[in-house]
Amino acid sequence: MAENTVAGGHHDDDVHRRDFLHIATASLFGVGVGAVAWPLVMQMNPAESVKALASIEVDLSPVEVGQVIKVLWQGKPVFIRRRTEEQIAQMEAVSVDALPDPQRDAERVQQSEWLVALGVCTHLGCVPVANSGDFQGWFCPCHGSHYDMSGRIRKGPAPKNLEIPPYQFVSETKILIG
Amino acid sequence: MDHQSKYEPTNGFTRWIDSRLPVVRMAHDSFIDYPTPVNLNYWWTFGGILTFCLVIMIVTGIVLAMHYTPHVDHAFDSVQHIRRDVQFGWLIQYVHANGASMFFLAVYIHMFRGLYYGSYKEPRELLWILGVVIFVLMMAAAFLGYVLPWGQMSFWAATVITNLFAAIPWVGEGIRTWLWGGFSVDNATLNRFFSLHYLVPFVIFAVVALHIWALHVPGNNNPKGIDPKGNQDMVPFHPYYTAKDGFALGLFLLLFATFVFYLPDALGHADNYIKADPLVTPEHIVPEWYFLPHYAILRAVPDKLMGVIAMFAAIAILFVLPWLDSSKVRSGRYRPLFQQFFILFVVACVALGWAGGQPAEGAALLVSRVGTIYYFAFFLIILPLLGVFETPREMPNSIAEPVLKKPDSPPELEPDSTGKPAPVPAE
Repeated sequence: MAENTVAGGHHDDDVHRRDFLHIATASLFGVGVGAVAWPLVMQMNPAESVKALASIEVDLSPVEVGQVIKVLWQGKPVFIRRRTEEQIAQMEAVSVDALPDPQRDAERVQQSEWLVALGVCTHLGCVPVANSGDFQGWFCPCHGSHYDMSGRIRKGPAPKNLEIPPYQFVSETKILIG
Repeated sequence: MDHQSKYEPTNGFTRWIDSRLPVVRMAHDSFIDYPTPVNLNYWWTFGGILTFCLVIMIVTGIVLAMHYTPHVDHAFDSVQHIRRDVQFGWLIQYVHANGASMFFLAVYIHMFRGLYYGSYKEPRELLWILGVVIFVLMMAAAFLGYVLPWGQMSFWAATVITNLFAAIPWVGEGIRTWLWGGFSVDNATLNRFFSLHYLVPFVIFAVVALHIWALHVPGNNNPKGIDPKGNQDMVPFHPYYTAKDGFALGLFLLLFATFVFYLPDALGHADNYIKADPLVTPEHIVPEWYFLPHYAILRAVPDKLMGVIAMFAAIAILFVLPWLDSSKVRSGRYRPLFQQFFILFVVACVALGWAGGQPAEGAALLVSRVGTIYYFAFFLIILPLLGVFETPREMPNSIAEPVLKKPDSPPELEPDSTGKPAPVPAE
């Protein structure tokens, strides 16, 4: 090997070894940059303490039939609507094909009396106003989206129905959201 | 413009400095002895005005940060504390808040100036692109800063703007959570916005330095859009343009002071005097006036994702403007058709601004749609085609020629028109 290098007859070996060194150095540098960037990027995500507060219990017993309440969950409002028999019947009768985001009412509730939905307009995140708009469910004042009593988008720029948060009934009159 | 440095260190100390770090020489060559076209009009004074605005915003901002608390429970009250209790806090806070509007007013005039006189054309493409970078950074700084007082408009502006990113397919919602540092706009969001709001102006400052560097390589464009041919076309920056820029800055500051002292809340929204409430959205939310055209474009498109794309494209298109305009003639003065389309473009931008402030329905929605179409057509259809179909007006051979050869020019200028070069200005 030594005399080859001295003689200069076998450049190829040297060129390959140098290429290898370049690629190895660049790769290691890339890994290093990535390893430094990763924690700097990830620190922006929700902190553990924020995630720990991710669920709440709501007592439903004071809610009257026909009433809508708002509770704060993960910094966002959640609408809880206790629907009347008539409203339930109306929502179940809606033809799904005509909806911008087709969903049957039954897919959106666990007990048909209670509609639990995120109070965040799926357009740009404003809080819709209850019992107003063309469908008497919710109306978003920011850009004019109309939702029905099932929280489904019926008219306006919002692309999706009001999101249903994960929840479960822990007793007859109490739900756990999150 | 390459030119010989005329800086002469006057004593041993300045000579000692000059041979080690010629920073005084650089300042002298860039801002005193810098050769500048003779014919710059008042539209050219906004570069200096903008630099002044940046300094005002940084100085008042640093002072405000000494009294402001970036926490959801205290932010709103700390701004009221600044306004009521801090010595001269009322003045500094209003200068900073209105300063943002003045900054944008000046930057929009500066950009329309560049657009009309073709200041983005070869060899000033990079100069223009750096300017657009500064504009984007300014928008970021303005948005981040607007959130800090933590009023209702602050909170809902932050919510709406961060939700724009959720429109991106697949990764959008993850990006939104990442921006928030939580599940909604909350304390983590406010904290990072404060941190970034403090950072961005210094980034702007650095890009402004590059912008001026890129300006000083080809030199200033001018209202005729033709390169200076010699000494008769140039004057030194000082005292000619320091005086002109200074006078214009004085007028600009009169307007600025009128807002600060007589109309301090005219450009704001009353709803921002209500503390942020995540459960209630204000009836009518609109951004600050300088974002209204972009907001109109966003709402002109019925589809959410396409609206977001259109809005960002309206800004991004400025980056490629130097390659969209096919005309070799720089100044709009010599482009009869361009002049008319340009006026329409200004009208479209103002109309978009009006429509952005109205509820998105009826006439306002129609205006925002027509305005959006014209905005994009101007860049994508009109500018590329005009260079082919337009016959430019006849252009003078040099900046000085039409002045010196004018038949009705004052008698004292007559001798110059006989061919003798015009006297080089003193200094």
